[in-house]
Amino acid sequence: MQTPAEFELSRRGMLVGGAASVAAVTIPPVTAAPTRPATPPPATAKVAFEVNGTARELEVDTRTSLLDALREQLHLTGTKKGCDHGQCGACTVIVDGRRINSCLTLAVMHEGDKIVTIEGLGTPDKMHPMQDAFVVHDGYQCGYCTPGQICSAVAVLDEIKAGIPSHVTADLNAAPKVTATELRERMSGNICRCGAYSNIIDAISDVAGVKA
Amino acid sequence: MKFDTPATTNPIDRLKVVGKPTNRIDGPLKTTGTAPYAYERHDVAANQAYGYVVGSAIAKGRIASINLDDAKAAPGVVAIVTAADAGTLGKGNFNTAKLLGGPEIEHYHQAIALVVADSFEQARAAASLVRVEYVRAKGAYDLAAAMDTATKPKASFGVEADTSVGDFASAFASAPVTIDARYATPDHTHAMMEPHASIAAWQDDKLTLWTSNQMIAWSVGDMAKTLGIPKENIRLDSPYIGGGFGGKLFIRADALLAALGAKAAKRPVKVALPRPFVTNNTTHRPATIQRVRIGATADGKITAIGHESWSGDLPGGGPETAVAQTRLLYAGANRMTAMRLAVLDLPEGNAMRAPGEAPGLMALEIAVDEMAEKLGMDPIAFRVLNDTQVDPEKPSRPFSQRRLNECMQTGADKFGWARRNAKPGSARDGRWLVGMGVAAAFRNNLNGPSAARVRLDRSGIVTVETDMTDIGTGTYTIIAQTAAEMMGLPLDRIVVKLGDSAFPVSAGSGGQWGANSSTAGVYAACVKLREMVTEKLGFDAATAIFADGKVSVGRRSAALEKAADDSELVAEDKMEYGDLAEKYQQSTFGAHFAEVGVDAMTGEIRVRRMLAVCAAGRILNPKAARSQVIGAMTMGAGSALMEELAVDKRFGFFVNHDLAGYEVPVHADIPHQDVIFLDETDPTTSPMKAKGVGELGICGVAAAIANAVYNATGVRVRNYPITLDKLLDKLPDIA
Amino acid sequence: MKSFTYERADTVAAATAAFARAKDARFIAGGTNLLDLMKLEIETPAHLIDVSRLALDRIDATPEGGLRIGAMVRNTDLASDTRVRRDYGLLSRALVAGASGQLRNKATTAGNLLQRTRCPYFYDTNQPCNKRKPGTGCAAIGGFHRLHAVIGASDACIATHPSDMAVAMRALDASVETVDAAGKARVIPIADFYRAPGTTPHLETVLAPGELITAVTLPKPVGGTHIYHKVRDRASYAFALISVGVVVQKDGTGRVALGGVGYKPWRVSAADAELPRGAKAVTAALLDGAKPGHENAYKLPLVERTLAGVLAQAKG
Repeated sequence: MQTPAEFELSRRGMLVGGAASVAAVTIPPVTAAPTRPATPPPATAKVAFEVNGTARELEVDTRTSLLDALREQLHLTGTKKGCDHGQCGACTVIVDGRRINSCLTLAVMHEGDKIVTIEGLGTPDKMHPMQDAFVVHDGYQCGYCTPGQICSAVAVLDEIKAGIPSHVTADLNAAPKVTATELRERMSGNICRCGAYSNIIDAISDVAGVKA
Repeated sequence: MKFDTPATTNPIDRLKVVGKPTNRIDGPLKTTGTAPYAYERHDVAANQAYGYVVGSAIAKGRIASINLDDAKAAPGVVAIVTAADAGTLGKGNFNTAKLLGGPEIEHYHQAIALVVADSFEQARAAASLVRVEYVRAKGAYDLAAAMDTATKPKASFGVEADTSVGDFASAFASAPVTIDARYATPDHTHAMMEPHASIAAWQDDKLTLWTSNQMIAWSVGDMAKTLGIPKENIRLDSPYIGGGFGGKLFIRADALLAALGAKAAKRPVKVALPRPFVTNNTTHRPATIQRVRIGATADGKITAIGHESWSGDLPGGGPETAVAQTRLLYAGANRMTAMRLAVLDLPEGNAMRAPGEAPGLMALEIAVDEMAEKLGMDPIAFRVLNDTQVDPEKPSRPFSQRRLNECMQTGADKFGWARRNAKPGSARDGRWLVGMGVAAAFRNNLNGPSAARVRLDRSGIVTVETDMTDIGTGTYTIIAQTAAEMMGLPLDRIVVKLGDSAFPVSAGSGGQWGANSSTAGVYAACVKLREMVTEKLGFDAATAIFADGKVSVGRRSAALEKAADDSELVAEDKMEYGDLAEKYQQSTFGAHFAEVGVDAMTGEIRVRRMLAVCAAGRILNPKAARSQVIGAMTMGAGSALMEELAVDKRFGFFVNHDLAGYEVPVHADIPHQDVIFLDETDPTTSPMKAKGVGELGICGVAAAIANAVYNATGVRVRNYPITLDKLLDKLPDIA
Repeated sequence: MKSFTYERADTVAAATAAFARAKDARFIAGGTNLLDLMKLEIETPAHLIDVSRLALDRIDATPEGGLRIGAMVRNTDLASDTRVRRDYGLLSRALVAGASGQLRNKATTAGNLLQRTRCPYFYDTNQPCNKRKPGTGCAAIGGFHRLHAVIGASDACIATHPSDMAVAMRALDASVETVDAAGKARVIPIADFYRAPGTTPHLETVLAPGELITAVTLPKPVGGTHIYHKVRDRASYAFALISVGVVVQKDGTGRVALGGVGYKPWRVSAADAELPRGAKAVTAALLDGAKPGHENAYKLPLVERTLAGVLAQAKG
């Protein structure tokens, strides 16, 4: 078995496990981060945008993602942080009519934008038809990916209407149709680890008025 | 209330509310983004600071030095916690490695510091300024290489490392038809969508943790033990949990570090584990290497069945109990199982959805398919022939219910199994090679003591309080259904409050014991409340009927809320269990069917159809239960086709530690899924006559898909996941 | 993420001038890769110049009969453009095979070309990586390398380029238009855009610091059948194990480019010439000199088999 007791850069420039003759040997220490000069105070900037129809003005640390601005500053916590790296879709919001991952965009880049979050689609007393369909079809379990799924689903139906092709669109030069296959492909940027996919497609199909 | 004789007729049997496919009562909150998860509780404590965790850069060794100067000087930093200044910390009963490491390092990304700052951005930036020097030590990271050093683990949760009935060796040696095959399952990560997260606040010496946790009472106990403070000084609140799958059974670094950070910062602190950190910092389902041997007569009767499994864990950890189901699933006079545990210095192994059975059936149910083929039998016929209605290790002990054969046959009819061509590689749909596969699903039913408190107020609202958790399982709804049925109320008159350690201790969510156990606890509390109501109203308790918001005896009738006119009625009780689970083997059964297409050119595998047939006692809410099963089928498809933590055997860590690298199924991977529940009740399990189903749904799925891939291609892959690179050189030649 | 100052540029000239003024500056457009890397401090700019609102979001016909695609055109818009769908189907197909709907709504044409590798060791700052930190070594060599390059790699780096779009651009002979900090424009054929890792895998393209991509141009349409086959473990939202992009004419001639095999979209003129002879000959020419490891050796037969399927499909 290869052991990592001793490391060296081989002539190929790769790290290899060398022969281990003792149980524990001292190696050149691994440093977690290089030494840097002292950090300057954080830069801040002002940004104004509209969230769910309400004008908002914020002063943010420039590093603040749109997701964290929504959750931590505006306390609109319906938008979820699942991965913070664009790998799960839980943070999906609709900006100027398009769905995006709010974790991979800076709040300061949204000057003047119109942002719709799950809270803007509907409330428990007045649910959006897509929210209602998710309840009827049990299109969720733990509920954490759900706001992102619903924002995505609403946008997906608009994208199909707008004629945007997908990976499974058979004819690039024809208008795409609302089919289960199209919905599955287009919804694939929203991961649900509880595995409610089959029900989510039923819910979206229901709203679109097609059979899943 | 003690449940020690099989249930007879009770108010639940009316099935006016229970057993109905009710929409979830928490649905409107979850779908509008208004259900509050742990990190989002802005309302519970003012002036929350942000903690960011620093993880070990090495897998094993020790910290030589840790320099906090730059981090402390960074803007907004309020406090930094390390093991050196955290005081004496214990270790929870359910933790193997320390949640705050240092100077000893036990695994990669073990937490070694928490940086607390005024903002998330500041905490994250300052965390990268913590300078650490390590001394690496030799570690073991390769299960295959460590197999020879594996030892016999001590029994845990009543599971013996070795079992033996009859004379397996002789029977196997003399069997006319045998298989002896090895299988491998990789390490899996739970990958729940909500990363572990907690907010901690201290008031004097009392700690409140708003967290995301499946087992409230366990976790209060472990937090108390770790911090060295009385349990009474800790409150945990976990009303919404963004998925757990076993990954949130225990307190993890987020909870401990939030508590320590809040103490150091002298203000509330919130901590979420960053996604790329979750995999190596928390627990995972350990990889296994398994050997299955089956011997049978020429006409297919099993005479010998043996299952061995090797897995690894940190020192002090336990084995993956992958052989467990083989003790019970098929008949056969001569049997053996064995588990061996190697010390591996990878992150901590622990429970993930259907621990034991999920990986165990991944192997066993391929072996059964291979055996059927060798015998020239249909794999369903082979399973049916070897059914047993009694515990094969102890034939005097019957199964309480066992309708595996009916699951198989019902599924075969529904799925069109008769259309399957037994000859592999013979069905084609354009460029796709098409195959069908089947596997048995098996998971034991477990019951746990569970308590609840029910309140009836003067407006006729019944409020249920229990520390039970809803991890997506539908618990809010089935508890409401139970209380509604018991009290004769519509669902909208029930309020359910969960996940607070101030409430009576429940069974919690794990091991698919939650649904039956927690509703049985609510049943017990409701029985007590009914007695209080009848006493208050002066009705005969034995003959009173609770229905339509009224209590009636004969022609006498009163509105339920009348009983709470003067003051709220509060009843609390706990369901406990006698020895019915010893007298009867209580298990859940199912059959999974899958159809796959394999691209004849590229080897890409896509699941085309899936069906599960389940026999799992009374289904309390068929809508939510179906969701549990399709979700488990989805996770099973992931384990069949893509899920694998890649181990770097030199540096000792899981390399693909984020959601881009560790692929779980997406929408496009999952076809429409069908689920059939056999209509059944099991009076030996509880007055609810229910069993677990959430884990049954994953058991056998991967093997059904593996068997379908074999049927499609003729290529038998015995090491999961079944990815195209394992098929490629055996697919049909390209023209 | 290190703290940075931020400004929004209104013109290309203002953007490049801002770069010249600032220290450690980076341009940001869609941000879907840059911010991902900044969160992990793999990228640590001190100043961000937001170029996302530059007037570079149009797709215009060129006098030569091709298309000039503004650098800021979003992936979704490029894939949906009727001219692209009709005349450059390969490009549309490659785009929609990549990422997710949400990411394609943000990601830009220029940013897509400049994506950095998804090698997990590059992403883990505890690990040695010559691309992230020159001179530290390559952990992927001898480590987990199932997804890595089989050709064109070096002893210092075996990372692949993750873009699907770039594979189509390569097959379609696109050119990259840039402006440097001094305002000087140049046109770089995409064949010359990426740098081989050699001993300097941290240098990925021929762009100079502060040089801004303004457009990507496509020559006039070449007709033929356009197919992009991306092979991956899960059905969507995953990077390619390998991908094959082809344009095949009725007479069997055409062009072919691969993704997921090297540090750049892989195209070899000798392989194009072999197209009429079939997948085996094309693959041999394309992957001549390939040096796979034991975990990624499957990519060679996979390329051949995928190509065979694609060519059969092209024949109809």
